[in-house]
Amino acid sequence: MDLRYTAEEIAFRDEVRAFFAQALPPDIRRKCELGQRVSKPEMLRWVRILQKQGWATPSWAPEWGGTGWSAVQQYIFKEELALAPAPEPISFNMNMIGPTLIAFGTDEQKRHFLPRIARMDYWFCQGFSEPGAGSDLAALRTSAVRDGDHYIVDGQKLWTSTAHHADWCFLLVRTDPQARKQQGITYLLMDMKSPGVTVRPIITIDGHHETNEMFLDHVRIPVANRVGEENKGWDCAKYLLGHERSGIARVGLSKFRVRRAKQLAACVQCDGRPLIDDPRFRERVAEMEVELKALEITQLRLIAETGRRNDGKPDPKSSILKMKGSQLQQAAAELLLEVAGPAAMEFDPDFVAGLRSSTDTDDDWALTTAPNHYWARHVSIVGGSNEIQRNILAKTVLGL
Amino acid sequence: MDFHLTDEQRMLQDSVQRLLAEQCSFEQRLAYRNEPRGYSRALWRQFAEMGLLALPFDEADGGLGGGPVDVLIVMQALGRALALEPYLATVVLAGGLLRDAGSAAQRQALVPAIAAGEMTLAFAHAEAQSRYGAADVTTCARAEGDGWVLDGQKRCVTAGDTADRLLLSARVSGGSRDREGVSLFVVDANADGISRRGYRIQDNTRAADIRFERVRVGHDALLGTAGEAVPYIERAVDVATAALCAEAVGVMERLHELTVEYIKVRKQFGVAIGSFQALQHRAVDMLVALEQARSMALYAAMMCTEPCAAERSRSISAAKIQIGRSARFVGQEAIQLHGGIGMTEECQAGHYFRRLTMIELQCGDTAHHLRSLSEAGGLIAA
Repeated sequence: MDLRYTAEEIAFRDEVRAFFAQALPPDIRRKCELGQRVSKPEMLRWVRILQKQGWATPSWAPEWGGTGWSAVQQYIFKEELALAPAPEPISFNMNMIGPTLIAFGTDEQKRHFLPRIARMDYWFCQGFSEPGAGSDLAALRTSAVRDGDHYIVDGQKLWTSTAHHADWCFLLVRTDPQARKQQGITYLLMDMKSPGVTVRPIITIDGHHETNEMFLDHVRIPVANRVGEENKGWDCAKYLLGHERSGIARVGLSKFRVRRAKQLAACVQCDGRPLIDDPRFRERVAEMEVELKALEITQLRLIAETGRRNDGKPDPKSSILKMKGSQLQQAAAELLLEVAGPAAMEFDPDFVAGLRSSTDTDDDWALTTAPNHYWARHVSIVGGSNEIQRNILAKTVLGL
Repeated sequence: MDFHLTDEQRMLQDSVQRLLAEQCSFEQRLAYRNEPRGYSRALWRQFAEMGLLALPFDEADGGLGGGPVDVLIVMQALGRALALEPYLATVVLAGGLLRDAGSAAQRQALVPAIAAGEMTLAFAHAEAQSRYGAADVTTCARAEGDGWVLDGQKRCVTAGDTADRLLLSARVSGGSRDREGVSLFVVDANADGISRRGYRIQDNTRAADIRFERVRVGHDALLGTAGEAVPYIERAVDVATAALCAEAVGVMERLHELTVEYIKVRKQFGVAIGSFQALQHRAVDMLVALEQARSMALYAAMMCTEPCAAERSRSISAAKIQIGRSARFVGQEAIQLHGGIGMTEECQAGHYFRRLTMIELQCGDTAHHLRSLSEAGGLIAA
């Protein structure tokens, strides 16, 4: 047993770090540092830089553009990405639809979609949740009726984040209304330009437009764009949710935020001295750092166990990562807000959205801290709320 | 990065767990508590036969040359069984000091007896005023003739009432909290001038307050160079802290199992209370706290051999903070989920809770380590 990185792993980390230092455009880096949102063109620019390096899709099977890195290397890569700080390539593309197609797609689908997904010629969004199907995802009612070599899709999707940027959508629809809940669901790929697709923005509590509702009115989707068999879409979705969970701990992002909070706390004055010199503040930070270190090791332990079982199935214990990871992301966002103090009060959505790059004052960074705290509340809700994760753990790990 | 146990380590784990399952059940342990030493000498001899008492000592001295992961395996098993035997005191803490600070002659005089189960040790260090300060020592040692004279009082020495030898910290120079001027001595616990008041502590293990009055020892009782013991003490306490973290994981693991088993069988309103979501979620939160603690216990074990002392101490402080927080949470929730029965002496849960509470207080409590870690700048470089 040895929890320290090997010399090779350290060399790999240094290589990744050096690449980010040299290749990450300074304007994008600055935005990430300030906690601003990254625009679509910026995201595309960054992903194409990674793509050119061969690093846009590390987790994919090597024959489809993966790097063949070990799980530990992938972990290091993600952490360095967050610490750079650089935008994380769109998860819908890289962590969700890509791996799903590799596991369930036809050769033709793989050949067509995978390169375009990796380059982000196709920006994908996720059409799962509905007004009546949130945590109870299998209650979804959007219907698909077969008409020759097409499905006719009708219904409403909710929380379709980045749908306003997206070229394609991976969609869960009900093809057999008679079957038991999970059994009549089919997985489809939908071109967002299809007639009958209407996307309406939802402005969230951070004042930002990230997510949407999407109405589907007689949308024709070719049967060729079905992933897996008809009525077997739940299997694909479950596979995907497992992938989503293991990526969601985001230890690197929380580490970045804590590091940033410490740096900023050295500049912020409180009672005539830097905030970082306040023992209570330092102890709060230290507590968070301990939890983060523990989560990092827990994540690496689960990676090692999954590798040992080698059955490709996500460990139900990955729910621990999701729960603890989301709590720490939230705590780290709160920490930044607390460092900002009254400087966080001004409402400036254009700055948060990255439409304005800087102001004359030197505490711009504070303007994003409250919105990012609000936005961070979503991480314990998406991808199966933390309460759903507790249900999963109670059932599968504790046998309750 | 590698999380695998070697074949030998797996065998060690299996054999210790089997021994404790057979010889240290809850009922057996209650009986051992009433033996003259407050633990089972027979079980201690079996530890010796299995090589557990020789584990972390060098082969040249009669040990097995085991590392921190081997100790972690043993401590975790002892924690699961709530073993009363003074393994941490004898083998890890005082044994660690002997191994690191003792001369070859001192090691070879003591290690074979320890390994054979014939001699136990205790580290007499803490004093009434010292709380957790490694250098806070007022007990004094004066050179006299060809040896030393020791005077002072030590407080709550784990396993100190039954130890055959005491490793003792005493000041040869400097002020009461100076890092320079502290020495280590090894003394016969029954030497003239030593008086011990032994008592049971909250978790049914034992400790002693020990008074040294003009205790005369030879020059060969000194470990290492006079006045330079603090770095050795810090290292030994760090290593013991890591071992304690592993023990805590064993305690929490078993307590969590007991709790989940209980809510599966305890019926109210005509159903098992484990079918209630409010209770399921609490049991899951205990699991999360346990897994976080398990990760940090591994981290602590790994950092025992870190060459940079500051880095080692910082990391092990981080581990003890996590253990302290998880232990408090898991212990309290276990009692709550057991309900009234969890408040009783006959229920195992309470015994585990009490041990966890004592672990929080040993080798530096959460507040102590939080202060140390934050003063050292935390874990993430700004």
